[in-house]
Amino acid sequence: MSATNETVQDHGQHHHKDLAHHFDPLEQQHAANPLGMWAFLLTEVLFFGGLFAAYTIYRYKYSAMFEEASNHLDITLGATNTVILILSSLTMALAVRCSQTGNSLWTGRWLLITIAFGLMFLGVKYVEWKHDYHIHLMPGKDWSGKDYWHWQYAKKAKDMETEAHKKGSAEHALPDRKDVLADNDPSLGVRGIQESQQARLFFLLYFCMTSLHALHMLVGFVLIGIIAYFAYQGAYSPEYYSPVENIGLYWHFVDIVWIFLFPLLYLLGAHMGH
Amino acid sequence: MATVSLESKTFDKFPDVVGRHDDTNYLNHDHSITSWLFTLDHKRIGLLYLVTITLMFLLGGALAGAIRLELLTPKGDFLTADTYNKAFTAHGIIMLFFFLIPSIPAVLGNFLVPLMIGAKDVAFPRLNLLSYYLYFAGSVIALTALLLGGVDTGWTFYTPFSSTYSNSYVIVMAVGLFVVGFSSILTGLNFIITVHRMRCPGLTWFRLPLFIWSIYATSVVQLVYIMILPSLGVTSEVIATFSRKNVFGYHIIAFSSIAIAVFGFIVWAHHMFTTGISPYAAMVFSLLTFSVAIPSGIKVFSWLATMYGGSISFDTPMIYAFGFLGLFTIGGLTGLFLSTLGTDIHLHDTYFIVAHFHYIMVGGAIMGYMAGIHYWWPKITGKMYSEFWGKLSAGITFIGFNFTFFPQFILGYLGMPRRYYEYPDEFQVLNVFSTAGASILAIGYSMPLFYMTYSFFFGEKANSNPYGGSTLEWTNTTSPPSPHNFEQTPVVTEEPYHYHGKEAAVVSH
Repeated sequence: MSATNETVQDHGQHHHKDLAHHFDPLEQQHAANPLGMWAFLLTEVLFFGGLFAAYTIYRYKYSAMFEEASNHLDITLGATNTVILILSSLTMALAVRCSQTGNSLWTGRWLLITIAFGLMFLGVKYVEWKHDYHIHLMPGKDWSGKDYWHWQYAKKAKDMETEAHKKGSAEHALPDRKDVLADNDPSLGVRGIQESQQARLFFLLYFCMTSLHALHMLVGFVLIGIIAYFAYQGAYSPEYYSPVENIGLYWHFVDIVWIFLFPLLYLLGAHMGH
Repeated sequence: MATVSLESKTFDKFPDVVGRHDDTNYLNHDHSITSWLFTLDHKRIGLLYLVTITLMFLLGGALAGAIRLELLTPKGDFLTADTYNKAFTAHGIIMLFFFLIPSIPAVLGNFLVPLMIGAKDVAFPRLNLLSYYLYFAGSVIALTALLLGGVDTGWTFYTPFSSTYSNSYVIVMAVGLFVVGFSSILTGLNFIITVHRMRCPGLTWFRLPLFIWSIYATSVVQLVYIMILPSLGVTSEVIATFSRKNVFGYHIIAFSSIAIAVFGFIVWAHHMFTTGISPYAAMVFSLLTFSVAIPSGIKVFSWLATMYGGSISFDTPMIYAFGFLGLFTIGGLTGLFLSTLGTDIHLHDTYFIVAHFHYIMVGGAIMGYMAGIHYWWPKITGKMYSEFWGKLSAGITFIGFNFTFFPQFILGYLGMPRRYYEYPDEFQVLNVFSTAGASILAIGYSMPLFYMTYSFFFGEKANSNPYGGSTLEWTNTTSPPSPHNFEQTPVVTEEPYHYHGKEAAVVSH
């Protein structure tokens, strides 16, 4: 923004130091900023909405395999992340509250704590994605569209992991690829191929939705960092706190998306047990 | 100019209402490169877009030239089949995503929205600059995809051409379009908030110029119809000013913009009438597609009624607006042929479709854009272009356009499919017509580049309101405007098109 003193043409009217040059009264600015964020979040709803619509359609069409596929995700990690993210929303709400009461120091602190929770979330997500990748849940070229192979491999790996957990050992071997291939290749059939592709679709949606969500968190870190810096500089006051309010709206939106993702992706097949 | 007969000195007829307090304006208050590249001024950002989209238009136009040259003869002798596929894909992508969509909203919208509503800038100037750079980045990525080897799917990217059987740079291109999509979403968002929150005192919703209504509807609904809606807004402004009359049916024109936007949401299956969708679904979508004609027709008849009894002056913007009216009407009426299920089976995927959407997108949207650029050029640059060359280019464009695309209606009706690089001998005569027309059209489109550029440097100085417009950008700012638009925040007490005098008596309020 160019300097605020450029409003000289308004013939000496008094201007608040936080008023950007292009707004007339401060109230206009107060009203425009959150409205802009709400409109942006509306476009975000449309953005995620496309993926949720795809999920709804395919879950309806292929409900059995979606439950089956969902069962391969780790509920514990998902639930942990849900708790972490809700805590980050709490700290964000506290940051907004502190900015409204003029407590600049704690505004900045709560914002940084929010980032810390966000980083924890992504840390857990990293562990989870890595595991998903190792058991061939990635629906990329590695996932064979022609046979059941990787799908069966994933199942077997999960079984072996459960087995190892029952025995109380943290380490577990991965199944031999050749065994799985030999077991399943000849008797695969059309149905097997279809089911494999349906499960693949579930994981395509899983990776797209969770990584789009994670991307929003990364953007959030940068924005929260900037706002936190300005908060420490004492830029916000009870008269002017709309940037903090806006980043709060954004963060709560990211949180709400996860609140929907968690049951749709993780809890869908929970009743089937491992 | 030697031929004075075409010169009308409209700009002398109207007195300078604002006057000049000093010579500092948004163009000359800072000359440094950084003051342009990092500007937060909506007017300068509009000009950045103007330069960039003009370059994209030239590139897309060159590709159109290559396509028409290939189709000059029945055999494929200029381009190979593969190159031809890539050429028409690149033409479509560049023209739609990098020229038409940003044309009026990003250039004229950016320049005019704050001026027309009496604001100092858009609500979020930094976001506005970000939008421009997202557009720029998207263009660079898309051009990279073209340089790597191009895309051969057609601009619609239908699967499985673009997925399972893709053998070109679809992903790179898709990323480019994704980025440029963000640019238009953020610009739209900026306009929505600006119109909601930044209007000056007294400027109620029903005192907004119709251009603002069109831009608002475009911003809310970002679909195919966004390419034509802004042109409808420009036409409303131009026709009101050059007829010197209050727009007939202001409210209904405003609401018909919203109606086109709403109908635009629910017509998508009209691309799929021949794909074996349920006949009942097809009937519903056919009916909904017909409905788009209602608000469009309302607008056309309202413009005609505005001109009726008005005091019409035939300046360049008005000539372009006339061209728009004719071509948009033909484009709209042929759209009805295509929304009729039975005829669509015959005409689907033929040159009839190509002709139809070029009548809307080129005949309609670009004529509207040209009308707008000519109408607001004195405000944007503070200079008058040559009326003689302006009128000549408008005429040549209109003739060239019809020569290019009217034969394609007949070709399509006779059964020539679109997107083929060879065709049977009996189609050659009409194709030669079309290619010859394209070269006339190219001249028509090139001329403004020269006389507008010339006028920018050497043109006669424009006063604040050379055409006698009645909206805030004419009545309350200098030409070109000062960096902060208004000396004092305007206060609006009247409707936008308040022409007093004998013409006003016809539709007195």
